[in-house]
Amino acid sequence: MNMRTEPMTVNVGPQHPSTHGVFRLRITFDGEEIVEVEPILGYLHRGSEKLAEERNYVQVVTLTDRLDYTSSMINNQAYCIAVEKLLDIEPPKRGKYLRTLVAELQRIASHLVAVGFFIQELGAFGTPLMYAFRSRERILDLFEMLCGARVTVSYMRPGGVFADTPEDFWPALSDFLEEFDEEFGEMEQLLLQNEILTSRTRGVSTLPADMAINCSVSGPVLRASGVNWDWRKMAPYDAYAEMEFDIPVGRSGDNYDRFWVRMQEIRQSVRIIEQCVERIESGPVRHADLPLVVRPEPGVEAYGRVEASKGELAFYLVSDGGVSPYRCKVRSPSLINLTVTEHLLVGWTLPDMIVSLGSVDINMGEVDR
Amino acid sequence: MYGLGMARGLLVTFKNMTKKPFTIQYPEERAKQHPRFRGEEFVWYEERCTGCASCAKYCPLGIIKIVTSPSNSAPKEGDKYKLELFDIELQRCMFCGLCVEACPYDCLFMGSGFEQGRYSREDMVIHVEDLRDSAKNPSTFFRPQLESSKYDPRGGRPLSWQEVGRENWRWHKREKAGMRLSSDDVGESPTS
Amino acid sequence: MNCQLDAASIFYENSLYRFMYEATGSFVPCWMSHLLAGLAIMLLLVNSVLLGAALVTWLERRILGRLHNRIGPNRWGPFGLLQPIADLAKLLTKEDLVPAGADKLVFTLVPFVMMLPLVLMTAVIPFSYNTMLADLNVGVLFILAVSSASTIGIFMAGWSSNNRYALFGAARSVAVLISYEVPVVVSLLGIVMITGSMSLNSIVQAQTIPFLLVQPLALFIFVTGMSAELNRTPFDIAEAESEIIAGYHTEYSGIKFALIFATETGAMLVVSAIIATLFLSGWNGPLENFLGWLWFLLKTLGIIFVFIWVRGTYPRLRLDQIMALSWKFLLPLSLINLAVTSIEVFVLKGVDGYLSTMDLWIMAGINIPLSIMLVLLLGGVLNKKVDASPVKAVAPVVPGVATIEVK
Repeated sequence: MNMRTEPMTVNVGPQHPSTHGVFRLRITFDGEEIVEVEPILGYLHRGSEKLAEERNYVQVVTLTDRLDYTSSMINNQAYCIAVEKLLDIEPPKRGKYLRTLVAELQRIASHLVAVGFFIQELGAFGTPLMYAFRSRERILDLFEMLCGARVTVSYMRPGGVFADTPEDFWPALSDFLEEFDEEFGEMEQLLLQNEILTSRTRGVSTLPADMAINCSVSGPVLRASGVNWDWRKMAPYDAYAEMEFDIPVGRSGDNYDRFWVRMQEIRQSVRIIEQCVERIESGPVRHADLPLVVRPEPGVEAYGRVEASKGELAFYLVSDGGVSPYRCKVRSPSLINLTVTEHLLVGWTLPDMIVSLGSVDINMGEVDR
Repeated sequence: MYGLGMARGLLVTFKNMTKKPFTIQYPEERAKQHPRFRGEEFVWYEERCTGCASCAKYCPLGIIKIVTSPSNSAPKEGDKYKLELFDIELQRCMFCGLCVEACPYDCLFMGSGFEQGRYSREDMVIHVEDLRDSAKNPSTFFRPQLESSKYDPRGGRPLSWQEVGRENWRWHKREKAGMRLSSDDVGESPTS
Repeated sequence: MNCQLDAASIFYENSLYRFMYEATGSFVPCWMSHLLAGLAIMLLLVNSVLLGAALVTWLERRILGRLHNRIGPNRWGPFGLLQPIADLAKLLTKEDLVPAGADKLVFTLVPFVMMLPLVLMTAVIPFSYNTMLADLNVGVLFILAVSSASTIGIFMAGWSSNNRYALFGAARSVAVLISYEVPVVVSLLGIVMITGSMSLNSIVQAQTIPFLLVQPLALFIFVTGMSAELNRTPFDIAEAESEIIAGYHTEYSGIKFALIFATETGAMLVVSAIIATLFLSGWNGPLENFLGWLWFLLKTLGIIFVFIWVRGTYPRLRLDQIMALSWKFLLPLSLINLAVTSIEVFVLKGVDGYLSTMDLWIMAGINIPLSIMLVLLLGGVLNKKVDASPVKAVAPVVPGVATIEVK
């Protein structure tokens, strides 16, 4: 018996019940299967790149905080590396170690948000979300101790970081590492072997490695598809050349693999932090000869890239000799990772759509800038 | 074995039930605030301020408005401007602390509160009288000399301008017009 | 006293009913005093269900808060006990919308149709020694039949909303409800066979050891099946999961929504009471003539805690997985349970037709290991075989970099 069915187009509107910010998807359903997907972006565009042309090089650091607002330290790091390439300077050793330390702390915090909301969309009523945010609270408390603000940190400056750590930072950090080990072990026990979770996420929305590379995705999405590419190993910056850590690699690029890669990356970040704590030496934290307002040579360009929590974050700066960059272009990982949206969603059902989108982990502050 | 993962999950949630709640019940309890916290009100020491407006120039949002006129009332201190207007628009401030970073005389500090909400937009602008009259509990953000004295803005008493110290930054190392430095700071020029 | 209750009447054991009947029987005709006595008791029961639902919402929020390592609501009243009142006040002040093009009569009737089976079910639950409204000798059948009637209410809600997505959500929910009826019904047959009667009171009295031990498989199937029927996580596709298709109660606001929500929570309360009666030996316990209600309450609260605990821990299942669970896992289990129980009852039944406590222990000893084995064996049906072999990478996979591989 042939029933006449008709596909329906639905707007998963800018105000999402699940998170990720103001992201709009126009989906055409045939029954419960997704037939066509059209993402519509731009609801959070604030003109960051244009604003950067009006501000001097240190003021732009405050702008970069607000790009991917769940991982501000890493944004600062990417920008400062780009400016240091423009000025052809290097931060002192302690500055590099401190940058690596806070960047890894921030990576843990960002992945906790990603994992927490991923499980929330699977429907677990927020229990793993609460646990993830409890751990994230401790990290944000450490940031407050370090630079005075929890989320929009502006901790780094071109040439290093702006201030050394206070005395009570190191004991607080080791307390955090101890408690976090226990709390994260709990989360792993709750989630990684849960049969309901594996049966809902394994084999769903697979992304083969060649398609991942062709769509220029980066970060955990790429590593979950089987490509062991991590800029911290390929082109080490700051103190990563001296750190020992592994790269978790998935197998088939399904939702479970992306989730698993993030959970493992948190563990590896803890390893890096412990090595930083051991190896850090005292010294200056910022390059000594910089004026308050820096002026690079006219006509130089620089591309400073880091491995952010969501992928390859890079700043392309062009200088014209003035106090502000002539052009500041942000290569945001979330926007480029959205290239695979259609491949991930078409052919799968509605309940899987929310979960798959959550597993790619986009942040609209970065997508729209 | 099937079902074991789910059973372990149940154990985890049950264990969490027996732990003490992580909640801090605001407003009866407050979270621990650290000395470098970038608060909402600003702490300004007029005795040190020369009206140079570096803070206004360095603010990324341009919310500080300073209007000065040459002063005849402080001839002994040299060129010190008389401040007629010093407005900080708190409603658009992002508390980045760049103004504090820019101040060459260490006269502007971040505050340590966060409960400055008001009911109208006009109330959200800090004028120079408010800056003069407010209680001075400066945060130790970007002021390492204050931090080394282990001052805690939340619990400590208000500090006067002689007590907040000066940072030994290299361009402060000579006597500026009107500012008295302690003797061991006088020395090299900033380009050394 | 004009009207006297017959000793064979189902209301005879109920002392309150008898008292009301005979008291009012002196000045009104007998049929009206039946009505008045019944009304008095139903007033008690309806209020207890509604109040109980309100308290259970409070309990759920506090327990979920503690599972999340935080405090639940604690601002209104001591320990937040007045929170349901605050919620009710908020819902009462909302606009009572009927969507354009909706079927007005059906739309308005839905909260009543959903509440009705729920309250009817409380009529046969024994709260304590000699405390139940009607000692029906087909109690179990009554409960199963009446609980199935709530399905109609859900479909009415979805249909009358004039909303494509509500209909979609309601249809899914009805599919789930109908699928889970079969294992639930079959699982209760074992208990009926052991007791020899369907009356809930005699089931409680026959439980010299709780049926939790004698019929563990039936308990597992019943709890899972009722979880699905109550639309609770992990089976709550009908209400929470469909983010754009918000379920059958999308278009409800204000007091209608409050009633539907109270029905859902009240249903959990009543089902917990039924589980406590059937499997945990109801009001049995020390000093049961005086404290029977206390044991009943504690057992009900225990089951409610288990429901909330499961809700706080697990993610949701997809619709096809829910169907697979019902038809491929629970139904074979319940049939095996029925077969094994009937063999055991046939072999162990004494001359007078009753099973002694020792027989029950023997059955427990056989059933418990059997059920654990079966659950573990058949459980693999949920896992679809996923091709987890590595996908061949085209571009250079970088050598010499330390990697960890997913299992």
